[in-house]
Amino acid sequence: MTGNTIDSGELSRLSRKGRRSILASAALALLLSTSTAALAQDANFDPDASVVIGSLYEPQNLDNTAGAGQGINEAFNGNVYEALFTLTDAGDVAPGLVAEQTVSEDGLTYTFKLRPNVTFHSGDPLTAQDVKHSIERVVAPDSKSSRKKSLATISEIQTPDDQTVVVKLSARSISLPYNLSYVWIVNDAAKDLNAGEDGTGPYRLDEWRRGSSLALTRNDKYWGTAPTNGEVVFQYFTDATALNNALLTGAVDVITSVQSPDSIAQFKDNPDFTVTAGQSTTKELLAFNDRVEPFNNVKVRKAIARAIDDKKLLESIWGEYGTLIGSFVPPTDPWYVDLTAVDAYDVESAKALLKEAGFADGFSFKLDTPNYDPHPIVAQFLQSELAKVGIKVEINVITANEWYTKVYKAHDFQATLQEHVNHRDIVFYGNPDFYWGYNNPEVVDLIKASEAAANTDEQTAKLTEANRIIAEDAASNWLYLYPQIVVSSSAVTGYPLNGLNSQFFAYNIKKSGN
Amino acid sequence: MLRPSDERNSTILAYILRRFAILILSLLIAAVVLFVLLRLLPGDPANALLSVGADQQQIEAAREQVGSNLPLWEQFLRFVGSLARFDLGTSFVSGKPVIEEIAARLTVTVPLALMGFALAVAIAVPLGILSAVKAHRWYGAAISTVSQLGIAIPVFWVGILLVTVFAVNLRLFPSGGYPRRGWQNEGQVLYALALPVLTIGLVMAASLIRYIRSATQDVLGSNYLRTARALGASFSQALIRHGIRNGAVPIVSILGIELATTLLGAVVVERVFALPGLGSMLLLAIEQRDYPNVQGVLFISTLLVLLIGFAADLFQRLIDPRLRERATGAAT
Repeated sequence: MTGNTIDSGELSRLSRKGRRSILASAALALLLSTSTAALAQDANFDPDASVVIGSLYEPQNLDNTAGAGQGINEAFNGNVYEALFTLTDAGDVAPGLVAEQTVSEDGLTYTFKLRPNVTFHSGDPLTAQDVKHSIERVVAPDSKSSRKKSLATISEIQTPDDQTVVVKLSARSISLPYNLSYVWIVNDAAKDLNAGEDGTGPYRLDEWRRGSSLALTRNDKYWGTAPTNGEVVFQYFTDATALNNALLTGAVDVITSVQSPDSIAQFKDNPDFTVTAGQSTTKELLAFNDRVEPFNNVKVRKAIARAIDDKKLLESIWGEYGTLIGSFVPPTDPWYVDLTAVDAYDVESAKALLKEAGFADGFSFKLDTPNYDPHPIVAQFLQSELAKVGIKVEINVITANEWYTKVYKAHDFQATLQEHVNHRDIVFYGNPDFYWGYNNPEVVDLIKASEAAANTDEQTAKLTEANRIIAEDAASNWLYLYPQIVVSSSAVTGYPLNGLNSQFFAYNIKKSGN
Repeated sequence: MLRPSDERNSTILAYILRRFAILILSLLIAAVVLFVLLRLLPGDPANALLSVGADQQQIEAAREQVGSNLPLWEQFLRFVGSLARFDLGTSFVSGKPVIEEIAARLTVTVPLALMGFALAVAIAVPLGILSAVKAHRWYGAAISTVSQLGIAIPVFWVGILLVTVFAVNLRLFPSGGYPRRGWQNEGQVLYALALPVLTIGLVMAASLIRYIRSATQDVLGSNYLRTARALGASFSQALIRHGIRNGAVPIVSILGIELATTLLGAVVVERVFALPGLGSMLLLAIEQRDYPNVQGVLFISTLLVLLIGFAADLFQRLIDPRLRERATGAAT
């Protein structure tokens, strides 16, 4: 349960726009180095290979507006369904089913020309009507899409002809193309999207066996570059060890996201397997309830941030993997700046700050801890770290479902641990009603203004500013950024490395034929 | 006046009817208990449909969809009402009829449990009898010791051990997973179920051996066997003609309990081997607070367990005339 998801992207098929951060280039360097290593295998890949992808995230149904969970993005985004825009694996927004885009001077009217000759898997042609229907599906009253709110500025959708969609906004929304990358374009005549599909992507759904596997076969009528494999089967596991064993025994070819660091060792030094570490967007968070004593005091929050050795924590959990972050923004977001120096680990100054805040003798608080990894371990670590500055942590273990009721809905907590998987989710700090209750009018305004920006540079400048402020305010305590580790058999190459929105584009995967 | 055979038939019929009434009553009680226990869990089933970022309107819509906004008594009336129509409802999360998914899952769990059970019986019966008859030989003692050990080892550990040896190291069997076309390809299903069946078979055989051993020892020390031997029957004749039938009576009820346990215990084995059976459906449903799925699985499991108990009772009465008379006495 954890988070809403965000699309990320495909690599080679689509053009990349300008990069805004050093880290993005670092990610690129990483990509390049791995793809060079992979080149040797490309020569003899099997174009009809069946690639088995092992995953822990089985979708609950097949419709991303019906609460299907992150698993559906992994299996369907870019593979079965496409959107007007695509979030690439490097974090850029690239055109998808849109061939041409024009924006009016006031930023309130977007005109999209659709790619010609695109057909759905059912054979129906893609028309502007389908696009209108698809967007309306996401903003419909019964939609459970996590993107619903971000599309709220859409006031009208016009379809002057079959190839043209005009989107009118009630207020400027610089993220519109980005937000549209979450909107699957579905055939408006499609019936049961809970258990079936009708998209335009390079694969069509073959069969879903609930609790076990979801099979996609190549769409031979695909408008774009054909996939480099014939079939993709997502094989679902509930137990990480069982999943690792399946890779060890050759039952699966690749694991989308390794969540148990201990298991990496058995693959790392084995030439039969490839281990890649990309940048995830999943942040491990000690979230305070900023509304309540003593966490409404910025000094207390800063003191806690300084009292915790994030580096030691990250190393004890992920070893050499993972990244330290100084705020909520991961390096793949355009408004990333390195803020790890703000409230860096310093026990003495933590004590001093606590004294200033009137807690020279410390205090105690209850930490609501979700019962699954890594939270209980993190909680114990925090308990021992904070004991050094006189703060007593009472660990209260709860289930994910309880977390949602107690913390997220009722705001009935002092502090909690949670992982936030979303890409570009700094906007949550601009919502004073969000569960953590951070309310800084300056940040609220900046985030609001960033959405009304005239161009992406202005948007980036405003969000970078907001990013700095939340870090200085220690709005929450951002412990570390998860690594995105993909392990595969060395016979397969070409899978996405960052998986920004849990997406797993399968069409460039090559499997060497034996 | 009834002829003896008619009388016998009618008492059996009365017994079946009475037993059936108890079965229905147990099911009803089980349904109420299930409903109440589930609602005691903290959390809201609507949460499974939502993610971080959902607003109040979406939360309310999800609660309305799953009915968790209704008062408890109304939820209960709906539940009982649909049960009366043999309708297990619709999953909150997938939106599919519960019975449909249970039916699909049963094609994994039932063969798994039955094959594991058959394997356990095939191992335990000869070994149990052997260890009783040859209790004073070294191998008799060895069998007892090994079965004691087997009881002490948890089932998931046996599964993990078998995976390490036969899947990861020897590559003889898959470590887990289930063929996606299911029984359309029997060979692959049997291949996938090999290690899970072995796991269940071994663990269950360990405890069965002890029951069979002690039942056999009872028989061996019995007066009727000695009498049969005194009347000139050979040891094996006496054992086959009198011993097995007598010894089978307590064994049948143990087997019934063991079979029911296997069905329920498949939860663990299914998780170790990533099988899409009833157990993994239950685990996921509990995690998601998908009440209709949890209720459905538990209700069907309860039904299966009660039916197995019913069948075992009936079978016992068929092979043991003394129990039949007792049934008569109770019925009149």
